Amino acid sequence: MSRTPRYVLTGGLAVLFLAPLLWAAIASVSPQPGTRQIDGWGLGNYQTLANYQAGIGQYLLNSTLVAGMTVLFTLFVSLLGGYAFAMFRFPGRNVLFLLTLAILMVPYATLLIPLYVLLNDLGLQNSLVGLSLVLTMFQLPFAVFMMRISFEAVPKELGESALVDGCGSLRALLHILVPAVRPGLITVGLFAFLAAWNDFITPLVLISDSGKLPLPLAVANMRQQVMGIVDYGATEAGVVALALPCIVLFLALQRHYVRGFMSGALKG
Amino acid sequence: MTTSLTGTEERRAPAVHREVVRKRRGPRLTGWAYAAPTALFVLIFFVVPTVLVARMSVSDWNLFAGDRGYNAPENFTAAVQNRLFWPAVGFTVKYTLVTTVILLVLALGLALLVQESSRWSGFLRTAFLVPSALGLASASLLFYALYSPQSSPLGFLGISFLGTPAGALWSTVVLIVWRFAGFYMLLLLVGLQGISGDVYEAARLDGATRWQTFRYVTLPLLRSSLALCTILCVTGSMLAFDQFYLLTKGGPDNSTITIVQLVYNLAFQGANDLGRAAALSILILGALLVVNLVQFRGLRGREN
Repeated sequence: MSRTPRYVLTGGLAVLFLAPLLWAAIASVSPQPGTRQIDGWGLGNYQTLANYQAGIGQYLLNSTLVAGMTVLFTLFVSLLGGYAFAMFRFPGRNVLFLLTLAILMVPYATLLIPLYVLLNDLGLQNSLVGLSLVLTMFQLPFAVFMMRISFEAVPKELGESALVDGCGSLRALLHILVPAVRPGLITVGLFAFLAAWNDFITPLVLISDSGKLPLPLAVANMRQQVMGIVDYGATEAGVVALALPCIVLFLALQRHYVRGFMSGALKG
Repeated sequence: MTTSLTGTEERRAPAVHREVVRKRRGPRLTGWAYAAPTALFVLIFFVVPTVLVARMSVSDWNLFAGDRGYNAPENFTAAVQNRLFWPAVGFTVKYTLVTTVILLVLALGLALLVQESSRWSGFLRTAFLVPSALGLASASLLFYALYSPQSSPLGFLGISFLGTPAGALWSTVVLIVWRFAGFYMLLLLVGLQGISGDVYEAARLDGATRWQTFRYVTLPLLRSSLALCTILCVTGSMLAFDQFYLLTKGGPDNSTITIVQLVYNLAFQGANDLGRAAALSILILGALLVVNLVQFRGLRGREN
């Protein structure tokens, strides 16, 4: 293929992929009947969003808390777990690792039904902490796998020399190894954030208190606020509010996003 | 539950210090100490629920009233005899086939298009990948507005996007292709970059045409990446929920109800029958395991 048609074809494809996002951003501020933004351009739809029930501030806070806790739990568990699987031999090591990967094989819906009952028994029903714990569990196969191969990629001498120097394994981990596996941690954290921020079916099942809904559920509910008539303007504004943090984070950490798949796919 | 958790942690914590004193037994205990959080998570939030869902599937278990005793095989027969069961199975299978074929062909095309490393390719990759940063729910809401007659910029096409069963299916496929094409492109790109330049050089020296190179060099060497993509795509499509819950709401006339939507409806909408929903989800788990086993066999078998 010669140069110019190739640029036109591929450029056209790129536009096709970007167009829906650009459209949503533009439509959310443009005039439209049946929304709060009827005449001229402006942020009327975002005002609808801001004033919906508990207010977008509350929903943003809920989503931020859930995503933040999920990232923290995931990093903590997978850092220690990856270290254990990569550096130590202990009875049950392979069974535990395979069991962690097996989480991937079981559908969300299959696990959410018993989890709904179980969280009630644990006193975590309708709680953002409970939701974050469940979302963390869903992240573990990828996170533990990723951290395991990150630790395995660290030269053995690095960890051993720290131990010989009299460091305990915990100090060796914190001072020597954490810096070495930082790219893995960033990848794991990014994926945990995106998954927790965007998850829909888990909070749909586990959270019933409307003040505790994360943003995707709140926007989905908001669609039909007035007698079943859909406010498309507010929906578009909601989509922008949902998508913007993800896109910014993705563009900033694109390298790590790509890396995550490289390491996963190379093994598979 | 909480007390037993802290108990385990306390018992394991000293292991870290003991390791220095007793080198021989140390590593085992230390390893377990570090693996303990993973083990606890897997136990409480995966193993226990898996056992519980098996028990629920043979119990008369109401959303509000809880366990009301043994109820098998009635849960399973009732789930299968649900009037939406076979339509949901049929639709899910159809959706899975259509999505997987289109998505993989397109993703492979995109991967071939952007595989050279240049500035322009880098830009294209980013453009194709940006939608995959969005949540499936956000993407579904976006397309919901994009397809609606009131707000759609595509009105000039004169298509009823979600009004007919076929329209609803294809409109959802477009959404899914948009959201996931970049993701699968990336997986295939990793595979493409694993193919050494020497192989292509050899093919060129042998006078292979472009098509021959693709057919006899690229495709065979890409098999494991393609297998991974197929398994991920089939699994994801079989478990489709968000896109249909938000975009088509299972309509028109229940024509786009997927099997996972049926589970959700049985459990939390109307019937409130967790036992029957658990039975259905056990059936899904079984089907998923069988399908993946067959895929593993098939994709590996062809390799030999």
